[in-house]
Amino acid sequence: MTVYEPWDAARGTEIIAEHTHLEGATLVILHALQEAFGYVPEPAIPMIASALNLSRAEVHGVFTFYHDFRHKPAGRHVLKLCRAEACQAAGGDALTARAEAKLGIAIGNTTPDERVTLEPIYCLGLCATAPSAMLDGRVVGRLDEARMDALVAEAQR
Amino acid sequence: MSLRIYVSRDAGAIAVGADEVALKLERAAAKRGNAVEIVRTGSRGLYWLEPMVEVATANGRVAFGPVREADVTSLLEAMLADGPHVLRLGIAEEIPWLKRQTRLTFARCGVVDPRSLEDYRAHDGYKGLERALTMASEAILADVTASGLRGRGGAGFPTGIKWKTVAQTNAERKYIVCNADEGDSGTFADRMIMEGDPFMVIEGMTIAGVAVGASKGYIYIRSEYPHAVEAMNAAIVAARRGGYLGARVGGTHHRFDLEVRVGAGAYVCGEETSLLESLEGRRGIVRAKPPLPAHKGLFGKPTVINNVLSFAAIPFILAGGAKAYADFGMGRSRGTMPIQLAGNVKHGGLFEVAFGITLGELVDDVGGGTFTGRPVRAVQVGGPLGAYFPRALFDTPFDYEAFAARDGLIGHGGIVVFDDSVDMSKQARFAMEFCAVESCGKCTPCRIGSTRGTETIDKIRAGDHVAENIAVIEDLCNTMKFGSLCALGGFTPYPVMSALKHFREDFGPAPTRLQAAE
Repeated sequence: MTVYEPWDAARGTEIIAEHTHLEGATLVILHALQEAFGYVPEPAIPMIASALNLSRAEVHGVFTFYHDFRHKPAGRHVLKLCRAEACQAAGGDALTARAEAKLGIAIGNTTPDERVTLEPIYCLGLCATAPSAMLDGRVVGRLDEARMDALVAEAQR
Repeated sequence: MSLRIYVSRDAGAIAVGADEVALKLERAAAKRGNAVEIVRTGSRGLYWLEPMVEVATANGRVAFGPVREADVTSLLEAMLADGPHVLRLGIAEEIPWLKRQTRLTFARCGVVDPRSLEDYRAHDGYKGLERALTMASEAILADVTASGLRGRGGAGFPTGIKWKTVAQTNAERKYIVCNADEGDSGTFADRMIMEGDPFMVIEGMTIAGVAVGASKGYIYIRSEYPHAVEAMNAAIVAARRGGYLGARVGGTHHRFDLEVRVGAGAYVCGEETSLLESLEGRRGIVRAKPPLPAHKGLFGKPTVINNVLSFAAIPFILAGGAKAYADFGMGRSRGTMPIQLAGNVKHGGLFEVAFGITLGELVDDVGGGTFTGRPVRAVQVGGPLGAYFPRALFDTPFDYEAFAARDGLIGHGGIVVFDDSVDMSKQARFAMEFCAVESCGKCTPCRIGSTRGTETIDKIRAGDHVAENIAVIEDLCNTMKFGSLCALGGFTPYPVMSALKHFREDFGPAPTRLQAAE
């Protein structure tokens, strides 16, 4: 589990300022903010726009285009299950259904107690050790029912 | 004398326990009072044997695998005594699966320590750049052209011509961009190279910079690859410290530096113009071509944009290997292709071989069939936008033109194997759905076509006007193929149409499909 700082405008300004010298800095800044706060807080959008001399609409457009950026914090643990073809071929769909049943949520959601966010991911590049998953940044391959159950249990702790 | 042990730090090996094995080995050795040095390498690419552990002996590196944590104590015993063990595979290089390959690009992967510039240099690293630095730009371009290298990202465009175009375009700034947005399912060669031999990518990009007169390069890596990001960043720091990047590359007047940029989960950014938009800090919307990136690329400047494997092939070619490289292969597909065997396959991994090997040899012979033990029914070649091939087409040689002639593509060289439990109308639906989710939205055939395609396949699966709706799909695929701006909308018809053509029995109401699977 990753611990994030609470949103703080002064800290946000500082993070943005660290990257404004880069060419095409928008994505780099969005990544840096999400790394610090766990999501990209709404007040940060106009701050980025002003720092990079862009319109708010442009920054909002970039923020919403990419799957990675969150507009609110995720659950305490994030479990990403690979849903692409190689993992499908290796029985990934059934394991995803199993994880959904254990957690009582459909993929793409967070449990009501905000403990676990279950997300699809389109390819971790672990296609020769499929099916695969990532729990809070740790990669896991060759999933079977027992390993998936252990992974879900770990995420719920 | 201390025992030198090699354990992979490749994400694929870590995913099946390599870190735990390495840690346990270290502890077990310390407990016994044995001096061991554990070197974390990349992966050799024999993933069914990962975590694979190797030990240096007088006769070469002896491999063991797949090693579980519980095996560590007995394994250490066997390594110390150079004795037998149930997991002993013999000399690593002599393992038949590895021995029958032609490893030009992957020669060092799994062998060297990817964090060590010294190790890279000790294994012929930077020989290509050192030679290139003594050559005129035209001579470097001539070598790349003579090698016959074609872009390994999927499109297969001749690399020499691309570089020459950039070299001949006048501009005060030019860029080298490495497309490491390897989003295709079933492909992992870029990831393996970045994690296992990152200096080779840096060397290839630096040679490109010297050849075309660019001083800045970007490596755009997808966010799903955190291990590759870490490895590339570490290698860039080491290369700078070693004088191979910076104001005076290799002590010459050439200036070249690199920066890693991380993607944010958009598949379409693997398309080169969309990637350039993303690098500029915008939405990854595809650009219309022309102008070509070689004329107006990143920030409107002439840009060489190539895949990881294309840059990775360059050091070998520039180290005097242009002819040797071109001597491999068939027809207009010269050199070797790192093929990736994935999905439901017994022996999955990285198999680098000269073009020309047949699909059947790769799947049945090299891959050993499925790990479920059921018959292979279909393989998808070339990622989510690649065609599904039935067994009847397993005589197709691995070659750009041969695949194109059979309405397929080799793409980035990934092969995903499916057994006979696969439902091909479901796979066709997934292709459309994936396109709908990942479409950048710029062109209508891709944006709307993929959504309508998903709905129509749903109708077919429900048994609603099957024949009429199949006609709709065929028509829609035709529109997408010829009317889309880029390969996302343009190639989604490949998996859909191939599934329809070769597995028509799966397209209908559920009972027919279930019977077909029996």
